[in-house]
Amino acid sequence: MALDQSRLMPNITELQEIASQVRRDIVRMVHAASSGHPGGSLGCADFFTALYFEILDHKVAFNMQGKDEDLFFLSNGHISPVWYSVLARSGYFPIDELKTFRMIDSRLQGHPTTHEGLPGVRVASGSLGQGLSVAAGAALAKKQDGDDHLVFCLHGDGELQEGQIWEAVMFAAHNKIDNLIATVDWNNRQIDGDVEDIMDLGDLDAKFTAFGWKVLHMQGNQMEDVVKQLNAAKEASGKGKPVVILMKTEMGQGVDFMMGSHKWHGVAPNDEQTETALSQLEETLGDY
Amino acid sequence: MPKYSYTEMKDTRSGFGDGLLELGKKNPNIVALCADLTGSLKMNAFQDEFPDRFIQAGIAEANMMGVAAGLAIGGKIPFTGTFANFSTGRVYDQIRQSIAYSGKNVKICASHAGLTLGEDGATHQILEDIGMMKMLPGMTVINPADYHQTKAATLAIAEHDGPVYLRFGRPKWPVFTDPNQKFEIGKAVKFQDGSDVSLFATGHCLWESLKAAEELEKEGVSVEVINIHTIKPLDEKAILESVAKTKRVVSAEEHQINGGLGESIASLLSRELPAHMEIVGVNDKFGESGKPAELLEKYGLGSGSIAEAVRRVLKR
Repeated sequence: MALDQSRLMPNITELQEIASQVRRDIVRMVHAASSGHPGGSLGCADFFTALYFEILDHKVAFNMQGKDEDLFFLSNGHISPVWYSVLARSGYFPIDELKTFRMIDSRLQGHPTTHEGLPGVRVASGSLGQGLSVAAGAALAKKQDGDDHLVFCLHGDGELQEGQIWEAVMFAAHNKIDNLIATVDWNNRQIDGDVEDIMDLGDLDAKFTAFGWKVLHMQGNQMEDVVKQLNAAKEASGKGKPVVILMKTEMGQGVDFMMGSHKWHGVAPNDEQTETALSQLEETLGDY
Repeated sequence: MPKYSYTEMKDTRSGFGDGLLELGKKNPNIVALCADLTGSLKMNAFQDEFPDRFIQAGIAEANMMGVAAGLAIGGKIPFTGTFANFSTGRVYDQIRQSIAYSGKNVKICASHAGLTLGEDGATHQILEDIGMMKMLPGMTVINPADYHQTKAATLAIAEHDGPVYLRFGRPKWPVFTDPNQKFEIGKAVKFQDGSDVSLFATGHCLWESLKAAEELEKEGVSVEVINIHTIKPLDEKAILESVAKTKRVVSAEEHQINGGLGESIASLLSRELPAHMEIVGVNDKFGESGKPAELLEKYGLGSGSIAEAVRRVLKR
């Protein structure tokens, strides 16, 4: 069932219930497709739930230009399952469509795209490092038009190894794009191992600060802190600096055997593993 | 058929700059981005007139392409400006994913294309850009022939909804097309009727082709000269009509033979109307420093080489 967006803002418990259903959706989608990226999707379920059900001023009657509403861009497109689930549960498209994930003739491509016209998606992503530039451009367009809504975007931590990210970080600060709120999913995991072993990001707080950004920190798997920091980011916007939230998450959060390593970045669970995973995630809104 | 006569020497990039300024006055949604080459791209006038709609992107082309895609989402019509090399090869994946696959209305405007960039040498003389860009689904690829045509093309692509690659050059080049000729994307322009051979040319090579045709006429060879300013979508009808008449084909472009206009024409003809053909282009080589005319001569793209290609195809 789609949630009624017009009701009063959900409380933390309600958000946690939604997030639990989103996690079930993720596991079931990836299992059905026998492919996809459950780890990062599960880790970001709380963030996406808070963003779409509490924070964003958005319209589910999708309009590409998105004038007079907040926008969201997913730069690390491989965690599409969590986005698709939240978009569907928000009412952007039928929840039943989640069963087409990664199937032939689906709008729910492995990585998100505008190509099949899926409501809620404004640019293709998957090849990493590009989303911050696009979000900065969309935020600039809002400024030029006197639209005081915000542009949010999400990035993987490993994605910060891409050079284009730092071009965009410089660009946004130089141009005082202060209606831009970027979040980094800092789970310290990437495909080949731990981020600090593959290519250490060093002191991200100091780096973003030195580049002229306002830096916030978030415990990305504690719903109360997710909501608190997203609201703090909104408060911090409009003050001459772009805002970044360094969000600590656990890859695979909510499914015990997927947590604690990088192994479930891009692997689908088998039937038995799926059953185990679902037994750990409460069905709160009804499975699709 | 358009009348043409030489009037003066002027660079095609100035046609872009003047067209962009005119667009800025007409349409408040036009925005321009440049990666630290404002003077080279002749974007200064737009920058001075519309500072709020000009975005200095710095030497960060990948970001510039992404920002352009974001501006397009916001309803703007972004024109990006940098050298052709940095407009394509350097940012191919950004164009592919954020612009082409995402169907964004971004105009990628690329100067200093080809050998006629001259003295800067092969690092900057991109000869592979048409191939890269024409392979992208939905991408329109345009390479105008002189100042007037470049200006007209700049105006025309703003009216087209979708990504466009507009390629032009650095040197002062003969101006010879009709300034009042409307630019129609995907519509070939016949410059001269002929019956012995069809000569299809794009960009700077159109002038070289007209000179070649003049030389050949003295030998009694009747050359039909057709300007293919839009490499994609290709004006298949105009090409097939001409070749049905002449049965002999030569193409000329400032680009690698691999992936260029000639390859597109050859592909069309092999499917629809097989005919003997010669392709004038750079044959799997990088360029080098030198003066534009010297480089065209050395790499076989000048009027003499084009005339030779016509003579060869007539013997086949």
